[in-house]
Amino acid sequence: MATDTNAAAEVAAGAAPGMPQLDVGTFGNQIFWLLLALVAIYFVLSRVALPRIAAILAERQGTITNDIAAAEDLKAKAEEAEAAYEKALADARAEAQRIAGETKAKIQADLDVAIEKADAQIAAKAAESEKAIAEIREGAMEAVAEVAKDTAGEIVAAMGGKADAKTIGAAVSARMKG
Amino acid sequence: MADEAKSGGGLEFHPMDQFIVKPWFGEVGDPVHWYTITNVTVWLALAVLAILGLMVLTTSKRAVVPGKGQSIAELMYGFVYKMVEDVTGKDGIKYFPYIMTLFMFILCANFLGLIPMSFTTTSHIAVTAILGFGVFFAVTILGFVKNGASFLGLFWVSSAPLPLRPVLAIIEIISYFVRPVSHSIRLAGNMMAGHAVLKVFAGFAQVAAIAPVAIIGVMAIYGLEVLVSAIQAYVFTILTCVYLKDALHPHH
Amino acid sequence: MEGELAHIGAGLAAIGSGAAAIGVGHVAGNFLAGALRNPSAAAGQTATLFIGIAFAEALGIFSFLVALLLMFAV
Repeated sequence: MATDTNAAAEVAAGAAPGMPQLDVGTFGNQIFWLLLALVAIYFVLSRVALPRIAAILAERQGTITNDIAAAEDLKAKAEEAEAAYEKALADARAEAQRIAGETKAKIQADLDVAIEKADAQIAAKAAESEKAIAEIREGAMEAVAEVAKDTAGEIVAAMGGKADAKTIGAAVSARMKG
Repeated sequence: MADEAKSGGGLEFHPMDQFIVKPWFGEVGDPVHWYTITNVTVWLALAVLAILGLMVLTTSKRAVVPGKGQSIAELMYGFVYKMVEDVTGKDGIKYFPYIMTLFMFILCANFLGLIPMSFTTTSHIAVTAILGFGVFFAVTILGFVKNGASFLGLFWVSSAPLPLRPVLAIIEIISYFVRPVSHSIRLAGNMMAGHAVLKVFAGFAQVAAIAPVAIIGVMAIYGLEVLVSAIQAYVFTILTCVYLKDALHPHH
Repeated sequence: MEGELAHIGAGLAAIGSGAAAIGVGHVAGNFLAGALRNPSAAAGQTATLFIGIAFAEALGIFSFLVALLLMFAV
């Protein structure tokens, strides 16, 4: 407590009496310089700083808008390029498909021709063989008939009958057919 | 207390000495005329220079991609611009340079006042009263110019029941005329109180036993004061915007 | 004697600062409570918050002013 009153007394004695804020004698000075400072700040801000910052912000907004437009443009171009690429790829694929199909068809045609030819040859050979076989068979049949006629004539003769060649031939033929 | 008394002839507190206005070239007792270059002059000039540096020099390159300084200038601009637009609406935008002037001045003066050994111009009632009453008169005159007699509708709360309206009108009128007082004293009082508390804490550091506590206290209060400096600039500006809105649109 | 009474009066006036602190706390606390209920609406109301705090604080500043006037000006 003693210290407090001491300090208070010192404040009262050492410092200027009362609050410096209430020293009316300095008000004129403060107000004058304050108004000067405010006017200076107002002119600096309204004439230089604020228009400049507004211009910078507007310019940035413009740049951003332009950049976005450019980006859109590039994106559209990229999409176009991609579409062209896709188209080229599809074309190439179709071409390849076509060439492959053509080749296949050609090969197929060649093959068909060859097969046909082979078939014809085979058929001709088969027909020839058949003919030969038929001839051989006929030949064999005739031979068998001859032999049978002869044998039958001999047997009939041997048995003492009179062999009529015509009758024997007919009988043998009938037998052989059955 | 006894400890302090023993440590050496009592503590010396001069929390208000920092606010004394004195001629820059001369002694404390010298006369202060209205044209005298005082510490007020010097610190006001520094505030102007700070604003010049912050808002003009940093933006001199007009870079589309801003550097550090330009970002701060743009941040200030955007902050106040948005505040004016939000509170007063589109038709308040043309008063933006005035409000920006107030905001930048108070912000820079407050922050400059936080430099040790400096002088806080905004802690003086003479300074803040000019600011506060300036806003008050400007807004009142503007209200009458823009709205004519219908500006008085601000005091006649038409949404209240009829018997209550005269009572409310009296309250509204009183609160309207208290506005510049509270507007200016809030700023000066906050600055003065904060700086005086800093000095009182610094005074306690004379006693070795409690010096660490006092110094930590000074640091804490200083941090708080940085916050208060910014918030008071913001509050002063936003209240100016609110008063401006009342002048432009007096009907609630 | 009168000076001492003025000091006592200054001390009493300083109580008003505490009352203002209660007011500011009320404003900020209620804002926070509301903001936690509806965080999306909170961002738009910070200006109102500061205006409310400023009004609550103004009266505390008045008591501080009265204290200073009693201390130094009376």
